[in-house]
Amino acid sequence: MERSFEKYFRQNRLPHMWCPGCGNGIVTKAVIMAVEKAGLSQDNTVIVSGIGCSSRASGYLDFDTLHTAHGRAIPFATGVKLANPELNVIVLTGDGDCTAIGGNHFIHGCRRNVDLTVVLFNNDIYGMTGGQASPMTPTGKRATTAPYGAIDRPFDVCRLAEAAGAIYVARSTAFHVQHLADMIKGGLDSRGFSFIEALCQCPTAYGRNNKMSDPAKMMMALRDSVLMKAAWDKLPPEKQAEKFPIGVLYQKEYVDYAKAYDTVIEKAGGRA
Amino acid sequence: MRKATLMQGNEAVALGAIEAGVRFFGGYPITPSTEIAEKMAELLPKVGGKFVQMEDEIASMGAVLGASLAGSKALTATSGPGFSLKQELIGYAAEAEIPAVIVDVQRVGPSTGQPTSPSQGDVMQARWGTHGDHPMIVISPWTVRECFDMAVEAVNLAERFRQPVILLMDEIVGHLRERVELPEAEDIHIYPRRKPKKTREEGYQPYAVGDDLVPDVADFGAGYRIHVTGLIHDETGFPSGSPAVTKKVIHRLHQKIMIARDEVIKTEALLLEDAQYAVVAFGGTARTAYQAVLNARKKGVKVGMLRLRTIWPFAQEAVAALAEKVRGIVVPELNYGQLAGEVQRAAGGACPVRLLAKYNAEIFTPGEIEEAVMAMAGGNE
Repeated sequence: MERSFEKYFRQNRLPHMWCPGCGNGIVTKAVIMAVEKAGLSQDNTVIVSGIGCSSRASGYLDFDTLHTAHGRAIPFATGVKLANPELNVIVLTGDGDCTAIGGNHFIHGCRRNVDLTVVLFNNDIYGMTGGQASPMTPTGKRATTAPYGAIDRPFDVCRLAEAAGAIYVARSTAFHVQHLADMIKGGLDSRGFSFIEALCQCPTAYGRNNKMSDPAKMMMALRDSVLMKAAWDKLPPEKQAEKFPIGVLYQKEYVDYAKAYDTVIEKAGGRA
Repeated sequence: MRKATLMQGNEAVALGAIEAGVRFFGGYPITPSTEIAEKMAELLPKVGGKFVQMEDEIASMGAVLGASLAGSKALTATSGPGFSLKQELIGYAAEAEIPAVIVDVQRVGPSTGQPTSPSQGDVMQARWGTHGDHPMIVISPWTVRECFDMAVEAVNLAERFRQPVILLMDEIVGHLRERVELPEAEDIHIYPRRKPKKTREEGYQPYAVGDDLVPDVADFGAGYRIHVTGLIHDETGFPSGSPAVTKKVIHRLHQKIMIARDEVIKTEALLLEDAQYAVVAFGGTARTAYQAVLNARKKGVKVGMLRLRTIWPFAQEAVAALAEKVRGIVVPELNYGQLAGEVQRAAGGACPVRLLAKYNAEIFTPGEIEEAVMAMAGGNE
């Protein structure tokens, strides 16, 4: 069996701290599959994460890695990339990290269009702290801070990214591993702010509160909750609301921030 | 010396930062510090650096730390409300040992306070604003020339100790315009970014330290594949839940500054040789206090001034020695009383210490400080 991906992991930091049945390992592997396919050098790639279960992924990966503060991965990554545009910068974040405490950084990251690839591990819950509702918890689902079911509406984070200015927006799931890796690779290949939402399962903190504690069943539910974009596009609007489209949802070309800054340097009469 | 020019304190900070090698500024507009961001936006692209205006104060601090890790000397500037927001990541910089300079041009608080009025109300926030235990280096200028010099010094200290350094200004000095002669580039000492002394193969560990207790953390992209985290970590850089490691790390963070305190802590003694009374002051208030000292001397009172260039770590030894020598100390400060408590503690009862607090959004007049000095002198004689 080909295990070429192993060199991308810090073997001495394993086993990981995630619960049995967690989707984070699958998404992390998909990130590495994409890195390998894109041919990124381990010495020239920085992985930045925030705080939460998914953000612990950075510690397991053999690159320069930066485990920042809660919600702040994108600002740190912005500084890394602008200080040294030769580095490839990947951000790993969770739904609480990215869309709640880091929400403002996320939309401005999209708008600013620094060349980052942001992978959102979306398990609809705060896992690390034991199952509190996040801005991605579906309405009606239970969490320890929504014991009677959430009344908040979740973000459609891909549409949010598109509206805020991301140049590449894609979605996939931990069930569709190859597809997810392809979506991430598409982000790595795009020059600008790329965003990939990876839907994944949290049987421990989310599933148990919502009568879905079996990881395999959660993954089947993930599979059934989505549809390839081409098929989803053909659905009537009332049916579209029942499923998430997966695939590349939005793509456009726009000059990335570091490249745009070259014109600032030129106008200032400076040297790059 | 270069040609003398009329310059503003905030502008001098920007020039000093560039001279010290700062090539990244992440910022957010806030009065009375904004001129620093504006000047950096103008100058950085000229020298191949980058300026980015972030979405908020927290993000600007995050971008500064990311840039520093990627090898750029980095600086940001703010004022009270923004300084409060930045505390989260100032603590991160202390724990992860990332060089960064934060300029705080103080204004009246709490909260939005009196936005363009002078204050020195962040003395304690500069020291204790974050959660948890770590040392801070805080320096404070009193002239436009010193704004330039201390910007260089702050960057050097940040790089030397891999530590966040606060350049604690006030509106008085930040917005002051005065004649200034800047030093020639070759006369300015620059502390270079620390580099690893071992290769990966030789067993390099990013947070291992030598005699100076400061780690040589590799820049990102240098091929070391390091891990940086705000969790308590051991020499490898990876988190450790061990009580022994926790104790060792927190102790070392403090010790790396304390063993070098003679190098860090700087004071200026003015007219203290024959002094029977002293004023201890810093920043813009020291300007007024010095005039008060001169005025009181004309009236025959032997008074001098100890100016604190370094606010934190506190100049314990210099103040203790002063208290042994004089009959009384007056501490004027533009707040409800922050530094005076430290002076009192250092004096240890050797002489009376009187706080002269002013917190109405106006600066001192020399007369007010002179009056306090005369009262102390009169009361003791």
